[in-house]
Amino acid sequence: MEILLIVLFILMIAGAIYALEAKDLLSAVVSYGIVGFGLVICFLLLQAPDLAIVQIVVETITLIIMIAVVLNTTREEIKDKVPQSMIVYAVLGLIFMFGFIYFFILSLNGLSEFGKHATRMATEYIQGGVKGSGSINLVTGVVLDYRGYDTLGEITILFTAVIGVLTVLRSRGRKKE
Amino acid sequence: MKGMTIIVKKVTQIIAGVIFLYGLYITIQGHLSPGGGFAGGTIIAGSFILLVLAFGNDVLGLVKKEIRSSFIEALGIFLFILTASGAIILSFYLNYDKIFFKNFLTKGVPGEIVSAGFIPLLNIFIGMEVAAALFTLFLAFVIKSEEKEEKKK
Repeated sequence: MEILLIVLFILMIAGAIYALEAKDLLSAVVSYGIVGFGLVICFLLLQAPDLAIVQIVVETITLIIMIAVVLNTTREEIKDKVPQSMIVYAVLGLIFMFGFIYFFILSLNGLSEFGKHATRMATEYIQGGVKGSGSINLVTGVVLDYRGYDTLGEITILFTAVIGVLTVLRSRGRKKE
Repeated sequence: MKGMTIIVKKVTQIIAGVIFLYGLYITIQGHLSPGGGFAGGTIIAGSFILLVLAFGNDVLGLVKKEIRSSFIEALGIFLFILTASGAIILSFYLNYDKIFFKNFLTKGVPGEIVSAGFIPLLNIFIGMEVAAALFTLFLAFVIKSEEKEEKKK
């Protein structure tokens, strides 16, 4: 299974890189979809159906909205001027990349084995979750009972985002130019 | 916004109701099977977006839809907070602890459709909020592009 996951990750990274480099914005959006739908298969392989359902529907709706935006505005990328000192940027990028990889490897040594990571709180939830929250689906029990504040924050973020979009795109009640 | 061809319209008539029912199922069964308010709400929003894309509408109708859906969105988040603080409100009349997010309803038998206290209620309110929010986002973009086209004419 780990080999399958690694193949999926390579495919997702390739899709993300193509989305960055594509000249046509519509093909960039479509290849960005590879990342989301690859993530769905990863969640299914890792036995997380709750996350997979949310990811697949949210990915589809965002793709629809992004394609609508691209079709209604422009399909060409804005051309920036190439900066003069490319070498400085490249050297800085390489330094930061190796720094991050070094600390990543350092922190990997402190983790437990793949798939066997369970903290003290997680064990508590798994053993007493059904009795404590009363719902068979443990994920919903944790999300809405033990971690209710997180869910309140999530839907507040969505609410605020919609208010922001409505305010920016509003044309009613605005003075005529 | 113009609608699509007769084939798309006919297929949408058949499918949209099924998608809506599936979203309701995922929302209501959130405490029994994988799913919940977020996934179910997004599926419900998808069925409405499908209807708007297939049949189209004029700007006035879209604005009317947007006003209603933003009202439902605000209602959803208000009911969520009201249910979450239910124990605090009821503690003035009954003998409850004053705790935010306390599961003040009886838990029932785990595995039945009416069980787990207020978790199904919260799932339904999250579903309302998410469905209305995504539909409002979509309508805002559509209305913006429609108004731009009307100005060109």
